Amino acid sequence: MPENDQPEPLDLIEHAFDDVGMFGATGRGHAGALAPALRPAAGLPAQFAATASGHRAAPPLRVHPALSPLLPDGLRRGNTISVTGSVGLLLALLGAASADGAWCALVGFPHISAEAAHGYGIELSRLAIVTPAVTSAPAPAASSVTAVGALLDAVDVVATRMPARLAPGEVRRLTARARSHGAVLVAFGDWPGADLRLRAEPGAWSGIGAGTGRLHTRRVQVLAEGRGQAARPRRVEVLLPGAGGCVGEVVHLLHARQRAG
Amino acid sequence: MNGPPRMAAIWCPDWPVTALRLAGGATDGTGPSAVMTSGAGGTVLACDQAAREQGVRRGMRRREAQARCPELEVLARNEAAEARAFEPLVLALESVAPGVEITRPGLAAIGTRGPTRYFGGEDGVLHALSRAVARAGMSGTGISETGMSGAGSGAGFGSGMSGVDVLIGAADGAFAAEQAARRGLSVPPGRSAAFLADLPVETLGAGGADGAELAALIDLLRRLGLRTLGAFAALTAADVLARFGPVGAGAHRRAGGRDDRPVAARRPPVEFTVRLDLEPPLDRVDAVAFSARGIAERFVTDLAAHGLACTCLELQADSDRGEQTQRRWRVAGVLNASDVLDRIRWQLQGWLAGPHPPSGPVSRLALVPVETVPTGTHQQALWGAAGTGTAPGDERAHRALARVQTLLGHGSVLTPVLDGGRSPAERTRLVPWGDERAPLRPPQQPWPGSLPAPAPTVLFDPPRPARVLDDAGRPVVVTERGAVPHPPARFALGDERPVAVTSWAGPWPVDERWWQPGAAGRTVRCQLVDVRGRAYLISTVGAHGWQVEAVYD
Repeated sequence: MPENDQPEPLDLIEHAFDDVGMFGATGRGHAGALAPALRPAAGLPAQFAATASGHRAAPPLRVHPALSPLLPDGLRRGNTISVTGSVGLLLALLGAASADGAWCALVGFPHISAEAAHGYGIELSRLAIVTPAVTSAPAPAASSVTAVGALLDAVDVVATRMPARLAPGEVRRLTARARSHGAVLVAFGDWPGADLRLRAEPGAWSGIGAGTGRLHTRRVQVLAEGRGQAARPRRVEVLLPGAGGCVGEVVHLLHARQRAG
Repeated sequence: MNGPPRMAAIWCPDWPVTALRLAGGATDGTGPSAVMTSGAGGTVLACDQAAREQGVRRGMRRREAQARCPELEVLARNEAAEARAFEPLVLALESVAPGVEITRPGLAAIGTRGPTRYFGGEDGVLHALSRAVARAGMSGTGISETGMSGAGSGAGFGSGMSGVDVLIGAADGAFAAEQAARRGLSVPPGRSAAFLADLPVETLGAGGADGAELAALIDLLRRLGLRTLGAFAALTAADVLARFGPVGAGAHRRAGGRDDRPVAARRPPVEFTVRLDLEPPLDRVDAVAFSARGIAERFVTDLAAHGLACTCLELQADSDRGEQTQRRWRVAGVLNASDVLDRIRWQLQGWLAGPHPPSGPVSRLALVPVETVPTGTHQQALWGAAGTGTAPGDERAHRALARVQTLLGHGSVLTPVLDGGRSPAERTRLVPWGDERAPLRPPQQPWPGSLPAPAPTVLFDPPRPARVLDDAGRPVVVTERGAVPHPPARFALGDERPVAVTSWAGPWPVDERWWQPGAAGRTVRCQLVDVRGRAYLISTVGAHGWQVEAVYD
C-alpha cells in the first residue's frame, strides 16, 4: 500500500480480511509443526495482497524490450504512470500490451495519427480515442474525469491528457479507481502521486541533413523515477521512433550510459 | 403407385424482360426489347411481344435478331432483379396456400390437393390464386370457360392488364401444369398425358435444368422423327433409359404426364424486422425510447424464439416530414433488449440534437437485424474464462465504451482506421465506436508522394499556419521546378518567436487533384527539425504560406 494515499474503504476491508482471516487464523490454529511451513515466505504476502482485490491477480502487461530497463516488471496493473516529453513514448508504452490483446483508450488526444500508433505496435481495433466535446459540455475536465473513470472499469490501459489542472481529490479518486480495477492509468503530463514518472528528453534525429535525407530515427534519453522499489532513477537511451516507426533499442551504448548516469 | 400430384402453375411470360422493366430504368417498355445471354455469341433468352411480332425468337443469335428487328433494345440479364421482382407474387401466392415452389423466377408451382378441400374445388383454388395475384398488383385475371385444345374442356386463366401478364394453369404434375399455365388451361385430372401428346418435343427444353443435355436430346429426337411428346412418350421406358440415360428417362416421364416429382416447397422466410408507428409523432428522445420498449423486447424475443441473437442491428427512424436516419450498430456480443433500447436512444439523440435535425417529430421506427448468430455461440463462459468466441475482457471493454458513448455522445468515442491517402491526415480516419471500420480508400495501394515511416505522431487538423524564414528573414519559397534557392534557417509555429532550424529535408511535391478545376493545386512538403529537437512536417499549397501538418513528437 503506498503510504501517502488515502486507501479506499473497500481495500481496507479486503486487507483486514487478508491479515486476520488467512495468516492470523492459520498461525494461531496450527501452531507448531505446520506453522513454519505455512508461514508466509518473503514473496508470499505480496502475492496474496495482490490477489486480494481480484483483478490484480492478472500478470503485468508486457512492454517493448527496449523499454524494459525502465519498467522491469512491465506495466503493473493498478499502477499510475505519468509520461512527459513525448507522445511517441506514450504510444510505445502501450504498443506491446495492445499487441498482446489488451484494450487501450486515449482520452483527450483528438489528433493522434493512426499510422504512428500502428507503427508503435498498437492494435487499432482495440484502441478507442475518446474526445470529450469541449464546446458542448459545461466543464470539459469533469466529463474527462467521468470518461476516464468509466473506462478504468473495463479497459486495460487508459492514457489521458487532462484539459485543465485537476483538483487533488479527482486525481486521488482516479488513481484509486485504477488500483481497485486493476487497470493501468497513463497520464500525459504531470500527475501527482504517480507510481512511476517517465520523462523523455529532447532527442537527436538521424537521417536528416541540410536539405537531404529524411527523418529516420530519433535517439531519446528517457528518465524513470518512481516510488518504493522504483525509487532509484533510471535512464535509458531508446530510439523513438526506431526503424519502421516502432520503438528501438540503442544496444551498444546502453550499459556504459547506465553506469555513467 | 399414385399418379402425379395435382398442381397449379403460375407463369409470367417473358419474365427476364418484364423483371427488368419492373426494376425500372432498364427499358421504357415501349419499343421491342430482348434479353440476351452474356458473351460474344449471345442468343436471345427472352423477348417481349413487340419483338416477337417482328420475328424475334428465343435462341436466335443477336445479329439475326437485330436484322429482323433493327430497333430491338438489347438488355443484359439481371437474375437478381428477376428473383426480386418475383418475390411479391410469391408472397401473394403464399397468402392462398403454403408450399409454393419457385421453379425459377417467373414460374411458380403449388400443390392444389390441400387447398382444394379448403376452397371447395380446384376452380375455387385457381380463382383464389388469381385474386391474390391481382391484389399483388400484377394484373387482373379473367377466367373464361373455353373448350379448346385436344385435352378437352378446361378453364382458361389468362390475364393482361397492367403490363405484367400472369397465367395460371392446373394439371397433373409440375411439367404438365407449367404447359397448361403457358396456355392458360386447367387440364382435368387424368387427361394430362393426352394434353401433352400434341405438344412439340421442344417443350421439354423449357424447364432448363439440364439445359445442354436436354438440348442434345431434343435435337436427337427430332432427327429420329419423334416430333411430338406423344410420339416420344409412346416409346417404352426401359428402352428410353437404355438409350438416353437418366436425363432421357426423366424427359420421357414428363412427356408421358407421369411427372411425379413432389413440390419442392420453399419455407416462407420469417420476418424479424420490427416496426413501430408513433401516433402521435414524438419529438423527445426519452418519450420515443419509452414507447419503443415493447418493440425492443419483441425484436429480441422473436429472434430468440428461432434460436437466434442479433450482433448487428440496423435502426431506421423517420420523421413525419419524411426525413430518415439509418445506422448500423454492431456489438461484440449479442444485443439484448436494453442494448437495443440504448441504441435507439443514442441514435435519436444524435439525430435530434445533431447538426442536421429533422424538421418534424419522429413518427416511425424500424429495427432490422442485419447479422444474427445462433444463440449458443455467444454463451458467456461461466467462470469468465476466455471461451471460443470473444474474450470476456473484450465484452467488458465494449460495454464500457458504449457506456462512455452514452455519457459523452456518440461522436465522442472514436476508433482509428488506417486509410489511404498522401497526407498524414488523410491516412488516419476516425470512425465512431460501433460503426464499421472500413477505410474509404485502400491503404495498401501505393500512394505516390506519401511519406515513408516513421509517421508523425500528432496531426494538426486543420493545419496550423507557420513561418519558415531563410537567413535574411524572408519567407522560404519553393520554385516551380521544386528547388529551394534559400534554405530555411528559422521557423516559428503561429505567432511564436522564430527559432533556428538545425536540419531539414525535402521539398517533396505532390500534384493532387490537378484534374479538378477548384482544387488547391500543387502541395510541397518538407520535414524540419528546430534547435529544440522538435521535428515538424510542413507544407505549402500553391503560393500560400507555410503550414504545419503534423509533429513528430
